[in-house]
Parts: sequence; structure tokens; C-alpha cells
Amino acid sequence: MAEQPRTDVPAIEVRKLCKSFGDNEVLKGIDFHVDQGEVVCVIGPSGSGKSTLLRCVNRLEEPTSGTIIVEGVDITDEDTDLDKVRTRIGMVFQQFNLFPHLNVLRNLTLAQIRAKKRGKAEAEETARRNLDKVGLAEKAEAFPAQLSGGQQQRVAIARALSMDPDMMLFDEPTSALDPELVGDVLDVMKQLARDGMTMMVVTHEMGFAREVGDRVVFMDGGVVVEQGKPEDVLGNPQHERTKSFLSKVL
Amino acid sequence: MRPTTRKRLFRGVLYAIFIIAVAVVVLLADWEAISTNFFNLEVAAEAFPTVVTEAAKNTVIYTVIAFIGGMIGGLILALMKLSPVGPYRWVATAYIELFRGLPALLVIFGFAFAVPIAFEWRPPGGSTGAGLIALIVVSSAYIAETIRAGIEAVPKGQVEAARSLGMRPSWTLVSVVLPQAFRIITPPLTNELVILIKDTSLLFIAGMALGDRELTTFARDTVSSQANSTPLVLAALLYLIITLPLTQLVAKLERHNKRGR
Repeated sequence: MAEQPRTDVPAIEVRKLCKSFGDNEVLKGIDFHVDQGEVVCVIGPSGSGKSTLLRCVNRLEEPTSGTIIVEGVDITDEDTDLDKVRTRIGMVFQQFNLFPHLNVLRNLTLAQIRAKKRGKAEAEETARRNLDKVGLAEKAEAFPAQLSGGQQQRVAIARALSMDPDMMLFDEPTSALDPELVGDVLDVMKQLARDGMTMMVVTHEMGFAREVGDRVVFMDGGVVVEQGKPEDVLGNPQHERTKSFLSKVL
Repeated sequence: MRPTTRKRLFRGVLYAIFIIAVAVVVLLADWEAISTNFFNLEVAAEAFPTVVTEAAKNTVIYTVIAFIGGMIGGLILALMKLSPVGPYRWVATAYIELFRGLPALLVIFGFAFAVPIAFEWRPPGGSTGAGLIALIVVSSAYIAETIRAGIEAVPKGQVEAARSLGMRPSWTLVSVVLPQAFRIITPPLTNELVILIKDTSLLFIAGMALGDRELTTFARDTVSSQANSTPLVLAALLYLIITLPLTQLVAKLERHNKRGR
């Protein structure tokens, strides 16, 4: 029996997480958590393991060892209904990953109908409400290829939100966008954070981390090097590696 | 000699050779023999309407049956070949390699004669039915490889997106992967269909009853009974009427796919 989600524990709790790809040890015993309602931004150089950590949280990557607990449910336990847990974890990808053969509305309703067993009418109503939230209500009938990158990413956010998730994972959501399109996506994410959504954001947008993040986690070489309030980590880093990274990106 | 002059001269020589070659063919050909043997209107008139109502119709019916059967078999084999369970993969690989490596004619012969005799099996639809089963068996192997390639061409992120939304593997396959895979493989699948149309001609080896004949069998029978080759030309024209629109469609789809990417 899968446990029911709990509200009195951290949204995400990761203990001693290790992940290797062959001989390449990407995560070396990570301890990490996100509290309910918290916005945590994970920063670090490429290859530091931050995307792998995020992808382990809904087990798109299979951890080599360690424990991942989402709302009190151990998702590394073989008996856990992973698909059910995943409906509570929204995920946004760097490459959007919209379904190109379906129009925007059906992109948003597909999983509601297939995974949440919602009726078509309810699914469409939820979809339209979330499209409105990301400012794309008029694009319901469009196909992904007809949208700009920024619009596609906002549709992807609306698709994840349509499952009514308890938390959202963002895997470098603006890295594949043209610079002038980044702002619209960040605005949607800021609004989400203001609405109290629990968020884990892997990002290179230091401005966003500073403005929206409750906590910033700096990763390098498969370990968490430093974490704390954004103004501390970004403004007054304690570790050499953090200083050296920030001096390159800021 | 200036380069432009030389170019013009060369072009002139090419035209001259062509005209001479045409003239030689026109002068040497036995037009009388050609028109009486290949374009004999009386023989052609006699072949109608059977050549359309029986032969062409059966060619189309056999093609559709073999294609639908091949799609079902091919899909099953492709999924087996991509299965995480080893034995399924091995069986699918062995099947595909075996039937792609054998001449279709041999397989049809086996199903129409060898298998029925060995196992006292009465194929449904007689020897035509046995031949059709053989065509399905062979086309499944080819179509399986096409479908597998299509499934593998769907970006990994599509599966990840569907799974991250909580969709189970079966729904992910049916609503996300397969629709995109089939879009990708529409041109090669149409090609398979064209090849299958022509391969129905191999069914003649099965030995078909009168109403079962397709274009090639009909043409061969009529050629020997009339001692005239016009039915062959007639069959050829009917094949082209069926295949040419399809090959044009493939070209169009390929252009369309290229633009979409």
C-alpha cells in the first residue's frame, strides 16, 4: 500500500543520495530537502550533478543508493506507486517536451484524463484555467510548432499545473530560450512562487534565484558545497568554489 | 576553339547520337509484330472486364490483407524487439532476420505446399489463403524493422514528459510514442505498401483457383490461352495505375516531413 501524502513533513527529503553513470560518479551522497511552500534554487557549474539530483526526485533517473522521500512517501521503495506520486510532482524540462502531435489543449488534458482519470469536461476546464494563468488562453487550439520557445515553455508549465501538483520541479527552464523570451517564463514562475507553490529550480538565472528563492543551494562535483539565504550565498559566499563560480556568472 | 564553341559542338553531337539511335530503333523494329503481339485491341477487349473485376480487384484485396496483417505482426515484433525481457528480443530478432533473409517466393511455396502436406493442414482460403499467410509472415518482418526505427526516433524527452505526468508505460506508448513514430515512418511504410503490391504477383506460385487470380496470374493464364502478350501489357498498365499515385504520395510525404523538421 502506498502511503498518503503528508503535510507535516518536508515536501522533498533526499538522504545520502548517490548516482553513478557507469564509472562516472555524478552524485556523491547528497543530503537535501525542500520544505512545503519553499522555493529552492539549485545553482552550480555544468556537470555538477544538479540536474541529475532534480531528475532523481521523480525518479526519471534511478538512484544508485540513498533514499528519496516525497511528502512522507519513500519513492525509492519498490512498493510505492510511482505513477501516483508523479501526478503530485510537476516537472518542467529545459527542452519543453510538449507533445508535437497534439494541440495545446490536448497537451494539457492528456495526462489528466489518462493518469488522473478526470472527465473530458473537467480536464478541459482545468486546462483552460491554467492556460489563462500563463497568459496563453488564446493558444488552446494551436500546435506546439506554431508557438515561440517562450510560449512553449509556458504551455509546458500549464501542462504540469493542470495535474494540480503539490510541488514543481524546473530543470533549467530558460536555458534553451532566446534571451528576449526568458522574462515571460520567469514572470510565470515568480507568480507561482508568490501563490505559495513548492518549487525546486535548477537554474543559471542568478537574478531569479536572488529575487524569488527562499534558499539557494550551490552544488559542485556531485556534492552540496554551500546553501543558505540567497543574499548570503550569492552576496557573501563562504567557500572558494562558490566564489570562483559566482565570479564567472555574475 | 573557344570553350563556348566546344560546348555547343559537344551538345550537338549528343543530340545527333540520340536522333540516330531513335531512327535505328524505329527503322529496325518490327512494328507489325509489336502491335499484334503486345497491343492487340481484340485480345485486350476480351480481357475486359475480368482483368479489372477479378485480377486488379484481387491484387488490391491481397495487398490490403497482407499489409494490415503485416502491420499487426510488425507492431508486435517491434515491441518484442524493444522489450526489456531477453527471450522476447531474441525471438523477434531471429524471426526478423530469418524472413528478411529468405526469398518471399520460397516462403509462399513452403506455406502453400510443404506445410499443408507435412501437417495435413488445410489453409483457410485454400492455397491462396496459404500464400497470403506467407506474405503476411514476410511483410511482418520488414514492417517490424520500420516500426522499431520509428519508435526509436521519438525523442527520449517525450517519454520522460509523459512519465513525469504520471502516465503509465502503456498509455505513454499508445498516446505519445506510437502516434509520433507512425508519423515519422509514413513514407517508408508507404514504400512497403508499394513493394507489397508487386509481391502479390508471387502468389501465382501457390496455384490459384479461377476467381482468386490476381493481375500476374491472370495475365499469364490469358497470354497462354490467347497466344498473345497483350494481357501482359494490360496488367503492367494496371499495376502502374495502382503504384504510381502511391510513389508520388511517398515523395510528397518526404518533402512534407523535411519541411516539418
